[in-house]
Amino acid sequence: MQKQSKFQLVIIFLSGIALLFIIAPMFGLMFSSSVSQLTETVADKEVQNSILLTLTTAFFATLVFSIAGIPLAYILARKEFPGKRLVSGIIDLPVVIPHTAAGIAILGVISRNSVLGKTAGAIGLDLVGNPVGISIAMAFVSVPFLLNAARDGFVSVPVRLEKTALNLGASPLRVFFTISLPLASRNIASGAIMMFARGMSEFGAVVIVAYHPMITPIMIYERFGAFGLKYAQPVAVIFVSVSLIFFIVLRVITDRKTD
Amino acid sequence: MLKLENISLNFDEFSLKKISFKVAGGEYFVLLGKSGAGKSLILEIVAGLVKPDKGKIILSGKEITNVAIQKRQVGIVFQDYAIFPHLSVKENICYPLKANKIPKHKREKIVMDLAEEMGISKLLHRKPSTLSGGELQRVALARTLTLNPKCLLLDEPLSSLDVQLRNEMRDVLRKLNKEGLTIIHVTHDYQEAVALAQKVGIIHNGSIIQTGTLKEVFHTPKSKFVANLTGIRNFYNAEIVSNKKVVLEKKVEISTLPIIDNSKEGFIFFRSEDVVISCDKIDSSLTNSFRGTILTIIPTISGVEIVVDTGIIISSYITEQSVKKLNLAEGKKVWVSFKATAVEFIGR
Repeated sequence: MQKQSKFQLVIIFLSGIALLFIIAPMFGLMFSSSVSQLTETVADKEVQNSILLTLTTAFFATLVFSIAGIPLAYILARKEFPGKRLVSGIIDLPVVIPHTAAGIAILGVISRNSVLGKTAGAIGLDLVGNPVGISIAMAFVSVPFLLNAARDGFVSVPVRLEKTALNLGASPLRVFFTISLPLASRNIASGAIMMFARGMSEFGAVVIVAYHPMITPIMIYERFGAFGLKYAQPVAVIFVSVSLIFFIVLRVITDRKTD
Repeated sequence: MLKLENISLNFDEFSLKKISFKVAGGEYFVLLGKSGAGKSLILEIVAGLVKPDKGKIILSGKEITNVAIQKRQVGIVFQDYAIFPHLSVKENICYPLKANKIPKHKREKIVMDLAEEMGISKLLHRKPSTLSGGELQRVALARTLTLNPKCLLLDEPLSSLDVQLRNEMRDVLRKLNKEGLTIIHVTHDYQEAVALAQKVGIIHNGSIIQTGTLKEVFHTPKSKFVANLTGIRNFYNAEIVSNKKVVLEKKVEISTLPIIDNSKEGFIFFRSEDVVISCDKIDSSLTNSFRGTILTIIPTISGVEIVVDTGIIISSYITEQSVKKLNLAEGKKVWVSFKATAVEFIGR
């Protein structure tokens, strides 16, 4: 009994340290700036535009790559094929490589001399230094979160329900949209939120593809480098707050929908 | 109507071997076997959920072995019901109608009629998670019936229901069958076969070892396995004449425990182990005693089976010592007796 309670104390102590490690810097950051500094930063058009750009580029990255990624996740969950393990490994690749390296890789694909760059150029679009390029860089590093969550979601849908739907005369396409997708939607939504979150907080890959227009993580870095900590902190506080509000709202909406 | 020809399927640890049987239109066919015998797999093959390695499935004269699941017109109700958890009861029943593009006004009528028939009208707006097992099964059945399948496949439909619900569901299934629906019903419980089947197939280790009417299979089991599975040699058509009296095969009246069943006819069975043989009539608590002639004496692994003709054929399992003690021989006149409590009735 004595041993048990000592053990529990150690557990609680270590858990407290781990939590404090996350909370303390955030807490410190939140109270680092005065109210006047914060209001001034909120009113700053440059900051406003930057946050808006970050949110929209991350949103479109998530939206566009969801459409392409969800069928891939379904195939990985349901089909057996040679090289499946390799494909699963490739999906995780963007998470494990340095993000600046990811940025270099993306730049190679979208630069003016690449096939994609030339095609975009033909319709007057320069992907480098463009919101589209930013979205691509964000998607590259964040799409594994969506793919893995969606795959787990599809795996959790009993195959028997899909087969029952087929037995009831539904086409495979209908079964996908009326049974598999709705039943996996909680995982997919949570994967999409993670992808969105990871995308909007990306720095390394985006900074190589597009320094300008400036997404907020780059703006924070630039203000820190050019003017120092005091100038970077209010932007960081506002960006973190906006992100938190966004995630809480998204979570509440998706939880309600899937309940 | 439905014909399986030499269906074979090999897995690493289990295989179906040359499964063949026929089910006539409007017939109630029960596939009886222990768990793991391959019963459910056969249903899944008929429904197209699993592809056999070899063999043919013919439905109404057309081969459907390679027809897509959604085009087979064969309805299946799984043991776990497979109700779509994110849809309401009504949406579940409507699902096949929408999938087959039935117009909305027709859908409403079909759903309402079937819900009424299955006694689930009040549940239509409920979510499946709030329903009991019996209710879920009715929803599954209603959903499968919306499209008027040519053949209904049922996987252990009664096994997870309590006695009351089981009787109700039996009535529902009987009614559907009477209306002309061909049913294949898979179970491990011979009482279900007795209660519902017109024909039975016995499956063991992936092979069908006997098919026939109930009487053929129960009276003349082709193997020890079948005899053990059914365990029943004394099996008769029965007509209830009063609360505790039943006439067997329109010939012999016996006493039973009070019968709580609304049917007038059914089957009576009792185990051979419960039948006592004596040379003279004995004064005892055995309420049913009949005089008859020994037809055959068959040695079995555990003793001897004595088959006596008393107007109906009655089988008794006794020991070899008893045979010697009573000096039993074919052609000898004996008394067979059994208690009213040993007799079971299943109504139809």
